[in-house]
Amino acid sequence: MPRTSGKPTPSPALEVDGLSARYGEAQALREVTLHVAQGELVTLVGRNGAGKTTLLRCVMGLHRESSGSIRLNGREISGLAAHERARAGLGYVPDDRGIFATLAVEENLTLPPIVANTRWPLARIYETFPVLRERRAHAGTKLSGGEQQMLSIARALRTGAGVLLLDEPTEGLAPVLVQRVAAMLQEAKREGTTVLLVEQNLRFATTVADRHYLLAQGQIVEALANQEVIARESELLRHLGV
Amino acid sequence: MEYVALQLFNGLVNGAFYALLSLGLAVIFGVLRVVNFAHGALYMLGAFAAYLLLQDFGVGFWVALIVAPIGIGIAGMVLERLLIRRLYGLDPLYNFLLTFGLTLMIQDGVRLRYGLQGQPYPAPAELAGSVSAGLVAYPTYRLFVIAFSIVVCVAVWYVIERTRLGMIVRAATERPELTRALGINVDRWVTPVFGFGVALAALGGVLAAPMRNVSPLMGSELIIFAFAVVVIGGMGSIAGAVVAGFLVGVLASLAAIFNPALENVIAFALMAVVLLVRPAGLFGSLEARS
Ligand SMILES: Nc1ncnc2c1ncn2[C@@H]1O[C@H](COP(=O)(O)OP(=O)(O)OP(=O)(O)O)[C@@H](O)[C@H]1O
Ligand SMILES: [Mg+2]
Repeated sequence: MPRTSGKPTPSPALEVDGLSARYGEAQALREVTLHVAQGELVTLVGRNGAGKTTLLRCVMGLHRESSGSIRLNGREISGLAAHERARAGLGYVPDDRGIFATLAVEENLTLPPIVANTRWPLARIYETFPVLRERRAHAGTKLSGGEQQMLSIARALRTGAGVLLLDEPTEGLAPVLVQRVAAMLQEAKREGTTVLLVEQNLRFATTVADRHYLLAQGQIVEALANQEVIARESELLRHLGV
Repeated sequence: MEYVALQLFNGLVNGAFYALLSLGLAVIFGVLRVVNFAHGALYMLGAFAAYLLLQDFGVGFWVALIVAPIGIGIAGMVLERLLIRRLYGLDPLYNFLLTFGLTLMIQDGVRLRYGLQGQPYPAPAELAGSVSAGLVAYPTYRLFVIAFSIVVCVAVWYVIERTRLGMIVRAATERPELTRALGINVDRWVTPVFGFGVALAALGGVLAAPMRNVSPLMGSELIIFAFAVVVIGGMGSIAGAVVAGFLVGVLASLAAIFNPALENVIAFALMAVVLLVRPAGLFGSLEARS
C-alpha cells in the first residue's frame, strides 16, 4: 500500500465496522465501529472485561467467533488468516507481551518477517536499548518485565508494520519505563506509524494519544477528544473503576 | 566389570532407538499437537523397506539408509494431508483413534503379505565383526548405530536451535497462535514437520533391521518405551527427547545387571517419578505450554 502524502487520506489506516464477537454463548463485542486515521494514535479505554483485548484479537485475526468488517488501508482483511494480516502491515503487542521462552532475545526480535520499509532495523533497536544487545543470546523471558515490554514493542516496530495494535503496554511498569514506552510511541507516531492502543492509565493515554474510544460491555459508548478526557478525568476514572 | 561395560553399550544402542523415535514424536507433537501412535508402525515400515529393497531390487544397506526414510517420510506427508489434517482442533481422542487404527492397518497389511515371522537382514559388510572397545569386544555395527544416531540427534538439534526454520518450529511449538500473529505461516510447516518426524522413525527402522528381526510387530513394543521417553523428557522438548532416550536406555540396561526383570520396568518407574516430581518432564519447564 503506498502511503498517501500531501493529499487528504482517502481511507483511514484502520477501519472496524459492525464488529461483533462472542465466546460461546457470551457476547463480548457488539457492533463495534471505529477508525484510526493514517498516522493517528488512538486509545481504547474501558474497565476490566469490557472487551478491549477481544477487539484487538479480532482485528489481528486471532478470534474466530466474530463477524463484521475490518479494513486496513481500505483493504478488507476480515477474511485473511492472522499471518496474512501481519504481512499486510499489522503489528501486534499482546497483553502478556508475547515473549518466547524458547527463543533468544535476538530471535524474538527477528522472528516476524519484515513487511515494509522499516525505520527500526536491529542496529537502531540495539542502540536505543543497549540491554537488548547485551542480552541478545539469552532466553527472551530472562529479561525483566519492563525489558520484555520494550522487546515486544521493538519487535513490532522492526517489521515496518504501518498499524500497531498494543494491548496495555504500560501495565505493571515502573514510571520511568512508562515514560520510555511513551517516548517510543511518540517517536513511532512522528515517523508516520498508526497506533491503536489499549490503555487503562488515563494519564498515559492523554499524553500520547490524539483521541480515545470508551468501550463498555462490548460496545463503544463514547468517542472522546483528548481535551474531553482531561476535563472529565475524575468521572472517567470512576467509570473505569480505577 | 566387563559385563557392566557391555551393558553400558547395550544401553546406548537401545537409547539410540529411543532417542530417534522420541525425537520424531517430540517434533510432531510440538508443531502439530498430535500424539502419533503410528510412529512404531512407521519405524517397522522403515525396516521392511530396507528388507524389500534388498530382496526385490538388490539395493543394499547404505542406499536404504537414505532412500527408505525419504520414501516413508513422503508417505507420512501424504498421510498428514489426507487424514490427520482433518482432525486438527477436535478432541485429541480422535487422533488417538486414527493413528492407532493406522498402526493396526499397517501392521496387519505387512503381516498378510509376509507373515509374523521375522526376516533376517544382514549388516553391511563394512561393519561386520567386532572391535575392541575398552574392556570388551563389541559388534562394529552396533557401535555404528550409537555413533550414527548421535550424529543425527546433534544435526537435528542444530537445525532446531541454530537455524531460522528451527526458530519457527520452536516458536510454533511454544505459542502457535502468537507465532501466526507475528506473520509466520505456521500451517505451511505442518506437513513437512510430520514427514520429517516420520522419516526419523523410518531411519530408526533401517538401523534396526540388521540387529533385530524384521517383523510386523517390531515397532509395537518399542513405541511404548518411546512414549515413556517423551513424557520423561517433556512433551515436545527436543533436547528432552534425546537426553531422556539415552538415559532410559542406559539405566534400563544397567538395572538389568541386578535383575533382568528390571530392564522393562525402569522406563515406567522413571516416568512415574518424573511425573510426580516434575510433571512437565525433565526439560519441559523451560517451555511454556499453551
Ligand atoms: N477465553 C475466554 N472465554 C470466555 N470468555 C472470555 C474469554 N476471554 C475473555 N472472555 C470474556 O469476554 C469479555 C471481554 O474480555 P476481554 O479480555 O476482551 O476484556 P478486556 O477489556 O481486555 O479486559 P482487561 O482489562 O481485564 O484486560 C469478558 O467478559 C471476559 O470475561
Ligand atoms: Mg485485556
